[in-house]
Amino acid sequence: MSQTNPDKDSPASEAKKTISLPTSRVRLIMKSSPDVSSINQDALFLTTKATELFVQHLALTSFTNGSGREANTLDYSDLAKTAEETETFHFLTDILPKKILARDYLNSLEQLEDEDADV
Amino acid sequence: MAERPEDLNLPNAVITRIIKEALPDGVNVSKEARRAISQAASVFVLYATSCANNFAMKAKRKTLNAGDVLAAMEEMEFERFLEPLREALEVYKDQKGKKEVSEQKRKDKEKKVDSGNDRSREDEEGEEEEEDQQQRMEEEPEEEPEEEEVEN
Repeated sequence: MSQTNPDKDSPASEAKKTISLPTSRVRLIMKSSPDVSSINQDALFLTTKATELFVQHLALTSFTNGSGREANTLDYSDLAKTAEETETFHFLTDILPKKILARDYLNSLEQLEDEDADV
Repeated sequence: MAERPEDLNLPNAVITRIIKEALPDGVNVSKEARRAISQAASVFVLYATSCANNFAMKAKRKTLNAGDVLAAMEEMEFERFLEPLREALEVYKDQKGKKEVSEQKRKDKEKKVDSGNDRSREDEEGEEEEEDQQQRMEEEPEEEPEEEEVEN
């Protein structure tokens, strides 16, 4: 059918270019918020689009400020760094905690105890 | 409602593609980083929804609208998204308008070309929004008598 009538596919493929994440899934996430009763089409579209912009922005910021720039890699630690250091990404610190070695953590605990003992 | 926790995740393939598009060519994104970005995106949706909902509640409205989402972006200090969002919304509204017109044209054309091939059209539209399904249902009754004419 698409060969016989090529222009009929164009509206759908253009629409796919504006957003690529599924709005159905985004709506599900939005509705999981307890106070939300209903969401209009435009609000759903905008939230989906904003989420894509957010993913791009987070990835690019983390890569640009990250330690893997020379090696052409983006790793978890770069994201955790962004969450900690960039104001707008602060809300992510809970889900992107900085990873530290258990040894370092235990050392810092010991230090704290020592300081407490001194007092 | 979301029944399983996975329902609150965004599809990995799409997230991976968006990340790839944002970064320079050839950057290797670790699996852990991809998972973290995907989770961050879900949290972003929740955060944005909650902010937008506050604006709606303040205005004593029950339905979130475009203005609420844009106001939420400002509050979250993602002003940089405002311009691209407004542009995308324009395109989206434009397409919605065009689609309604072209859908009717398309159906008329299809009937001339091939009246019996209804199934392929449904397959192609399967991915589209519910809104379109509604439109289709509204248009269906008109369609059927026409089709009978062609077949006879």
